[in-house]
Amino acid sequence: MYRIEIRRRDDRRGTYVKEEFKSFGITGIEDVEVRDVYYISADVSQEQIAFIAEELLCDPVVEEYTLGEAEGFEILYNPGVTDPMEDSIKKAIADLGITIDTVKTATNYIFKGTFDEEHLKERASLFLYNPLIQHIRHAKEEVHKPAAYTLQVLTINLDQDVMQISRDMGLSLSKTEMETIKEYFDKETRMPTDVELETLAQTWSEHCRHKTFLGNILLDGEKIENLLKNTIMRATNEINHRLCLSVFHDNSGVIEFDEEYGVCFKVETHNHPSALEPYGGAATGIGGVIRDILGTGLGAKPILNTDVFCFGLPDLDYRKLPEGILHPHRIIKGVILGVRDYGNRMGIPTASGGLYFDEDFLYNPLVYCGCVGLLRKDRIAKAAKSGDAVLLVGGRTGRDGIHGVTFASAELSQESEKSCVQIGNPIMEKRCMDCLLRVSDEGILSSVTDCGGGGLSSAVGEMAKNTGVRVYLDRVPLKYEGLSPREIWISESQERMILAVPQQHLKRVVEYFQSESVEATVIGEFTDDHRLTLFYEDKQVCDLDMDFLHNGLPMPLKKARLKRKKPQVYDVPKPIEFNSILLEIVSSLNSCSREWVIREYDHEVQGGSVIKPLVGVDGIGPQDAVVIKPRLDKKRGIAISCGINPSYGRFDAYRMALSVIDEALRNLVATGGDIRKAAMLDNFCFSSPEREEVLGDIVMSARGCYDAAKAFGVPFISGKDSLNNEWVDKHGTSYLIPPTLLISAIGIVPNIDVCITMDFKHDDSDIYLIGETKDELGGSEYFRLLGIDGGTVPDVDLKRAPEIMKRLHDAIQKGIILSCHDLSEGGLGLAMSEMAFSGDIGALINLDHISFSGQKRRHDFILFAESNTRFLVEVHKKHANSICEIFHELPITKIGNTIKEKFLRVYAGKKKLIDLPLSVIKTKWRRKVL
Amino acid sequence: MKPKVLIIRAAGTNCDVETDYAFELTGAVSERVYIDEVKHKNILNYQIIALPGGFTYGDDIAAGKILANEIKFKLRDKFMKFIEKGNLIIGICNGFQVLVKCGILPAFNHYFEDQSVSLVNNDSERFEDRWTFLKVYSERSVFTKGINSIITLPVAHSEGKFVAKNEDVLKKIEIHIVFQYVAKNGEHAQYPYNPNGSVLDIAGITDSTGRILGLMPHPERHISRCQHPNHTREALHNNGDGLTIFKNAVEYFG
Repeated sequence: MYRIEIRRRDDRRGTYVKEEFKSFGITGIEDVEVRDVYYISADVSQEQIAFIAEELLCDPVVEEYTLGEAEGFEILYNPGVTDPMEDSIKKAIADLGITIDTVKTATNYIFKGTFDEEHLKERASLFLYNPLIQHIRHAKEEVHKPAAYTLQVLTINLDQDVMQISRDMGLSLSKTEMETIKEYFDKETRMPTDVELETLAQTWSEHCRHKTFLGNILLDGEKIENLLKNTIMRATNEINHRLCLSVFHDNSGVIEFDEEYGVCFKVETHNHPSALEPYGGAATGIGGVIRDILGTGLGAKPILNTDVFCFGLPDLDYRKLPEGILHPHRIIKGVILGVRDYGNRMGIPTASGGLYFDEDFLYNPLVYCGCVGLLRKDRIAKAAKSGDAVLLVGGRTGRDGIHGVTFASAELSQESEKSCVQIGNPIMEKRCMDCLLRVSDEGILSSVTDCGGGGLSSAVGEMAKNTGVRVYLDRVPLKYEGLSPREIWISESQERMILAVPQQHLKRVVEYFQSESVEATVIGEFTDDHRLTLFYEDKQVCDLDMDFLHNGLPMPLKKARLKRKKPQVYDVPKPIEFNSILLEIVSSLNSCSREWVIREYDHEVQGGSVIKPLVGVDGIGPQDAVVIKPRLDKKRGIAISCGINPSYGRFDAYRMALSVIDEALRNLVATGGDIRKAAMLDNFCFSSPEREEVLGDIVMSARGCYDAAKAFGVPFISGKDSLNNEWVDKHGTSYLIPPTLLISAIGIVPNIDVCITMDFKHDDSDIYLIGETKDELGGSEYFRLLGIDGGTVPDVDLKRAPEIMKRLHDAIQKGIILSCHDLSEGGLGLAMSEMAFSGDIGALINLDHISFSGQKRRHDFILFAESNTRFLVEVHKKHANSICEIFHELPITKIGNTIKEKFLRVYAGKKKLIDLPLSVIKTKWRRKVL
Repeated sequence: MKPKVLIIRAAGTNCDVETDYAFELTGAVSERVYIDEVKHKNILNYQIIALPGGFTYGDDIAAGKILANEIKFKLRDKFMKFIEKGNLIIGICNGFQVLVKCGILPAFNHYFEDQSVSLVNNDSERFEDRWTFLKVYSERSVFTKGINSIITLPVAHSEGKFVAKNEDVLKKIEIHIVFQYVAKNGEHAQYPYNPNGSVLDIAGITDSTGRILGLMPHPERHISRCQHPNHTREALHNNGDGLTIFKNAVEYFG
């Protein structure tokens, strides 16, 4: 074993590490040096190692290398964790004409100064490395080599306590479910194998079967059968939109883009893994949703990623950090870098997203990852046929992520399984994607799906639902020896896809993948016997009836209860001075700039970015929706936006649903989108549905989704739920999240040239407020800053809102709107500030022009109410008549105009409330968050 | 004559499609070819080689390093013949990192010489996707002929800081500079106008013949006005600033 250490001249990494330690209370570090380390195990000479170091590992301009033992401390991957760099380094060493056995990477840190070393090591685990996947190297550490596996077919006797078996095997199956399984095997007059029980547990898991949304609910005595069908899917069916091409049945929903292409969209969550290992969890989250797009139809091309995160407060005193959870600072950084490194390496622009901070996400951060794809319309239909080969392509299978899906059915606790933690390998997925898209273009595949939650068991089981399948588990290429058939079958190793390939095309398909060094292995074939049969070597380890597997799950009945509304009584001190309040609002965590995140993502790769997430004079303005042009030679575009507001959810889950749908759609409309050419996705993140109030909130949110979708005429095309977002500490106390519904919207823009942005354009325009301002401050950013736990959550006028959005779209189409911004968190105050400093153009506003419905007409309420369906628009003076005509009989008011001075001035009648230079507001808004 | 462009792809290349589109738009015939296939091809049938942006081999070890070595150790002769024939090479972002790390740029004395300049981690230690203003020394490169004003192109990288081995190299590099980051008003660039901390604000360089260009900014991301971040507020020309670079390459063989 050789150890090569690389030192870099003028390395700044150490400075950043030093700063991090300081923020975690370790002082006395004068200097930190960071060194990259490679451990190479090979039968080669010292000269050859020197050659590898000089020619490959070391940059001769800024680096030098040494061979020999480590000083300081060194972070290594744990045994069994795949080093994502190993493959490419091996390849590069082979290019030098040298063959090696293994290579492992590590990072070495040398600390100088006066500090307590043990203390330092302990703090290091807070942010420098994650004990779940890494460790500090101990002397004479050896490379872990797993033992080979010899098959034992385990049969399980179900005549014992079935719940004991469910717990011992980590199946997360209920008593009724276990008893149903027992009945099945009693009829078969045999005992199940461990693989069979696992297969049922995976297929029947909450993650795969959505037992809450598809099951039965008793809400305060009222019986609801299949909530999803009765709300979200029902809206889609009743709207019956001509754009919908494939909804709720493939890996993502597909709508029409143009005559030749459809566009598909899916958003997933990866909350639990990101809580445990933020970098790897978020990376594999984005990797997984990209595979959902690759596995839509016969393979869609990913064209845009979205990311929405809910985090705890980043400035939490580390001394108050509860035991067993990671500090929000660490989670935020890790998650963002994870999405960055995976998304950027995939060559997919990460261009749309959101960031929400609330102390209740300290224990359970939420990580939503989405992906949009482009798919030829004649490649949407798919079905595996009997006789087709089961082709496994992509990465190898290891012990990664075993029990990821059954784990998602349970709450997170300090004892949560560690094997669910994975690190992704984006280049493997990129290679797999490049080949798959070429093969897909040929139109020779029967079906494609991704290996996600539940691994092969879910992917193959689902694909063979209507045929039957025979799989030879010993043919699956492994990362290392020693995996049992059960582990192979349920492993959630990343970067794998399953293809159903007609035998006559098999050779050609395999060659495609092999030509770019992607492994493609036939692991079985589809049959016509409607059975799932698995073999390991010659032994049969599973033989299940497909019908029982997919339809045998007894749907549970869960009780739900409506939450009592919070009292409306509250007392708000009247502000004496407004300048400082506005500055506090613009610099609050949920209002301030996201530029520091957005620039970490390559949001312009593929060349189709036309309305960017950052706009305006200096490229800092927060645009409401992004627009991309996926076909470079066409003018047609896709607009993407989102809406999320857990603060509303805490008070009123129904109104939260209405509000976030309104928000997602108004973001689209503000950019030039049209609700008549749009679709939505729902992502429910809630705590345990076993809690009656939580389930009550789920029902009310789903009903809100139905009502709003119907009113706006915008269908849902796909969705996902992530329940059980709870954390149990060692005393058994549970920490829940507020009900959180993310709505992602997608709109087709026939001509991207009509799109507009939110930055003020001219210094002599009129400013209009569209929509009604009401006494709706419950859950608002303003009340949150004041610490007021009450008030009315914004409602949506379902009759007027669609009409307002349609007319605004028409006005934008006609070209009379110069800039437009929606009003959301922070209300009018934040929206006008952002439009002004983004365009570097001042504004003069008078609140007296604004009508306010509510008992207490107050300046602060008018400025910071968060009533829905409101927009601020800039209109050229010459179009004053046209804009009023377009909005005839709808609420629109001229509230001021843009001015030459670079100031924001707000009056109430003659009284000056706010007078601030734009530069001051901008600086506050661009505060440092991390 | 319509020149033929060879766009080389490797695992992790990701700007090949838009680069291909930019070349086709300016009248070239371009082809995206996987690196293993390039090894078996007669590359002399092409007039332009493009190494597009991306993260070849994950940028493991260092950005572009593994592909640079692959070219240096497996394709050196082919590349030498290609260059000697008077053809053009452009390396964008990751492609620039590759050209520098295999010694094709700046090539003070000969091609594939020992590396004396490099592209390393941005000073911010962050990935930076932002639009930059560039001063162009247009007479130094075939690709920049006739560009006589400041142009805007986006960068998107985390290893784009141009560094030189020593003062001597720094002096020698000056006449190789084609693109320099400048402030909006054309003056010396501070961060973020110089997004990575490059010495002499270097954004792109040429070899001494002017036929090989490497640059960190992405010309293929600004070939039409609608890609510009301010197209909703400024009157801009329909063709983006990046298009000229491709056009010049194609017209060189016209």
